[in-house]
Amino acid sequence: MAFSLDTNCGLLNHNIIGPIYCTSTIFPPDILITQFWFNYRHVANTLSVYRSVKRLGIPDSHIVLMLADDMACNYRNPKPATVFSHKNMEFNVYGDDVEVDYRGYEVTVENFLTPRSKRLLSDDRSNILIYLTGQTGNSHGGNGFLKFQDSEEISNMELADAFEQMWQKRRYNELLFIIDTCQGASMYERFYSPNLMALASSQVGEDSLSHQPDLAIGVHLMDKYTFYLLEFLEEVHPASQANMNDLVSVCAHRVSVSPGHHTDLFQRNPGSVLITDFFGSVRKVEITKDTINLTSSVKSGSGDMQIESLTYVDQLPVAEIIHQKPKQKDWHPPDGFILGLWTLILLVFFQTYGIKHLKHIF
Amino acid sequence: MQSFGISLDGTKNGETFAPAKDQFQEELVIRPLHSGDIYASFQFRTLWDTDFLQEGQKKVSHYRLFPKSLGQVLSKFSVQELHISFTQGFWRTMQWGQPFIPSPPGAELWVWFHDTVSDVDGNWKELTNVLSGIFCASLNFIDMTNTVQPSASFKPLGLGNATDHRFLRYATLPREIVCTENLTPWKKLLPCGSKAGLAVLMKSEKLFHSSFHSQAVHIRPICQDEQCTSKAWELRQTLNVVFDHYTSGQGKKEWSLFKMFSRTLTEACPLASSSKVYVDITDNPELSPATPLLSQAVVLGDRRTYSVYDLTRAETFGQLRSFNLLLRWKGDNMLRPLLHAERYVAGFGLQTGEIHTVIYNNHPYRAFPVLLMDSVPWYLQLYIHTLTVTSKSRDNKPSYIHYQPAKDRHRPHLLEMLIQLPPHSMTEVTVQFERALLKWTEYTPDPNHGFYVGSSVVSALVPSMVAMSTNFTQDQPLFSSFVPVKEESSYFVRVYTEPLLVNLPTPDFSMPYNVICLTCTVVAVGYGSFYNLLTRTFQVDEPSPPLAKRLANFIRRIRGVPLLA
Repeated sequence: MAFSLDTNCGLLNHNIIGPIYCTSTIFPPDILITQFWFNYRHVANTLSVYRSVKRLGIPDSHIVLMLADDMACNYRNPKPATVFSHKNMEFNVYGDDVEVDYRGYEVTVENFLTPRSKRLLSDDRSNILIYLTGQTGNSHGGNGFLKFQDSEEISNMELADAFEQMWQKRRYNELLFIIDTCQGASMYERFYSPNLMALASSQVGEDSLSHQPDLAIGVHLMDKYTFYLLEFLEEVHPASQANMNDLVSVCAHRVSVSPGHHTDLFQRNPGSVLITDFFGSVRKVEITKDTINLTSSVKSGSGDMQIESLTYVDQLPVAEIIHQKPKQKDWHPPDGFILGLWTLILLVFFQTYGIKHLKHIF
Repeated sequence: MQSFGISLDGTKNGETFAPAKDQFQEELVIRPLHSGDIYASFQFRTLWDTDFLQEGQKKVSHYRLFPKSLGQVLSKFSVQELHISFTQGFWRTMQWGQPFIPSPPGAELWVWFHDTVSDVDGNWKELTNVLSGIFCASLNFIDMTNTVQPSASFKPLGLGNATDHRFLRYATLPREIVCTENLTPWKKLLPCGSKAGLAVLMKSEKLFHSSFHSQAVHIRPICQDEQCTSKAWELRQTLNVVFDHYTSGQGKKEWSLFKMFSRTLTEACPLASSSKVYVDITDNPELSPATPLLSQAVVLGDRRTYSVYDLTRAETFGQLRSFNLLLRWKGDNMLRPLLHAERYVAGFGLQTGEIHTVIYNNHPYRAFPVLLMDSVPWYLQLYIHTLTVTSKSRDNKPSYIHYQPAKDRHRPHLLEMLIQLPPHSMTEVTVQFERALLKWTEYTPDPNHGFYVGSSVVSALVPSMVAMSTNFTQDQPLFSSFVPVKEESSYFVRVYTEPLLVNLPTPDFSMPYNVICLTCTVVAVGYGSFYNLLTRTFQVDEPSPPLAKRLANFIRRIRGVPLLA
């Protein structure tokens, strides 16, 4: 008996046994864009969401994780290769099988909007979840932009345009955008593409708060909004029927600032959208009873075997190095060429215009 | 996630598969260091008798022990040899001796391409991008500004006859971080993954909590047997780690496998033809469980005795089916390393500086030559006319110098010199440089951290105290058979110096904003006032009359009577 596996609805067109339940593929990029050790909590936020999403079934090939700074193996981390999101170091969200696609200096606005490598191969049946955390137009003034690495920014207009381009190219079916920063609602104000739902941790003019400091590590471990978001996600399992309204209402009650949500552009009623449409993925398994015959591997030809014995190269052949022929140098004009050229030019000049100019020079 | 099994029917018309021509060996060497730390070196070797590069034959499509991702890389880019290493920390030669396989801090990649390749640079660029995806590292930052083509260093470690250095490329990224996301894909390349065999010991929380961690992949063609009539491909994955529990004050000079790795061994990898643990007992530590198997090996010019534990035999695991090694160590004499190098930047200010490279030859009476290779980025403009090489305060003229100057934003400096080191001496190489001012978009987001300069590489044939064996045998332990030995009296060693961190003159990045604000204000105020002065005209304007007067005028207009003033 042999099995075959289909994960993309678009290819599902034959040999189906059982009811056709098409759950589309889900592609969540997780993005963290701030540097420096005191922004440890942003890394913990992103990795916690990454873990939940993996737990609910999405494979690494469908996740783009961008972390702008290395916290786990940072020399300031008292426990290397770990990132904790709860006090008393309960759960290491870095784990043993994390795959970071963009890290350090690779996290730039350009790579976020148009990745050259390691991109999501989404199509028009994919649901995309985007989770951003970092620092925006913050208490120092201004809103409507998000800082990348403390040296670049992306504005809410650019983000809206990027989503519109994705919609035009039919790169997504539905998109859920979650942002956990100060004044997060300013980032989704300008969205105009259809089928977009956005959640933010705070309104314009409000700051997002961090949740738990840890005395051993010395920094805050997590942000409040993400903490409650994750508490909610812990109760979600792949077959759960929880919907978007539950998600929005859970976060509204418990935090002290008011999170915002923007569902106008979404065509379906949020109450009918399952959480697992964005956060989880169900793979469809097809079972067939045919046997597959494999051909035997190609035997290497014994015809052209080298008969003479091969040798290893000498690692430091001193005599050979000393007598090495120098590499071909670039061609340079012969010495004195420039000088001669200028003399010729001067002579021609004085010939044409008369020798009387010469006394002005010398 | 559901788990499922696949059963394949491998016979067709009664034919069976050819016997597998690949084999896998794994070993772990544990060596207590004289400073109290412990050095553990894992080596996993897959040997495969096939030919990736042969044309006119069907491409290799069936992979068993050799990882498919690397096999495809080799055939697509016509790679003859590939060496890549990721290191966190710096190897302290004076305290720890020589490592089995040296590596510089950060990431290092050097590749020999096959001589049929026409566009080496194009292949190199694509190869770095593919490897960056395979190892989850930022190797895509390797481009022409940090790649060099050494002319005499980095000869192939595998089989080969023509050594035209046009097919060699070398690059380092000293700033590259190594963390769990690099270890995970590296572990996935092993045939047993991290589920069986020695790889179960590799847990990232313990491995990265160490003074030195280095993981590498080396691929090269080697002799298949002693007569060396045919080639086989060898893939070596090595992981070197130095645990510092003693120096960081966490314990006495006493270790166990469980203490180091928080795991014990329960079985060998079923796909391995040999799975061994070697413990260096030359300095007579106390070892338990004891083993009658001993082996002597000459490695790095020194004859050392090892206790061998064979994990393919069930009795190694004892009653509890778990193998935990306990080692208690006393004694602290160490063979002083014969070759050692250091590098530092001298000078003050942000305009000029001087790079000093110091190489020590600690052999009491023998002189030997070393090849020093320096690759300096273009933004440190070297003044080669100030290059001096002095040994024992006298000028020492190198017998071979190859210098390729840098091209701004295009190519780094490459300096290679063959220097003869007098016995028991210190040789100093100095060169002055000037720091360049970069364009403001070329600065990294954190320019005040500084800019890294990659390690210098010192390659040497060091005279050996003990005769080395030049025979190639299959049973040789892996750690002693990495570098091919051509003559008995010396062994080849490569020493890496520290990378440098230099500050470049950094502009004030808020200045463009300040300038724009100031200029716009001046222009607005100045031009605006001037324009008003020139074009504004004044007109007399009658104030509008009060309501009573307007009403009165309205009535008068109706009556036809002259209006009020």
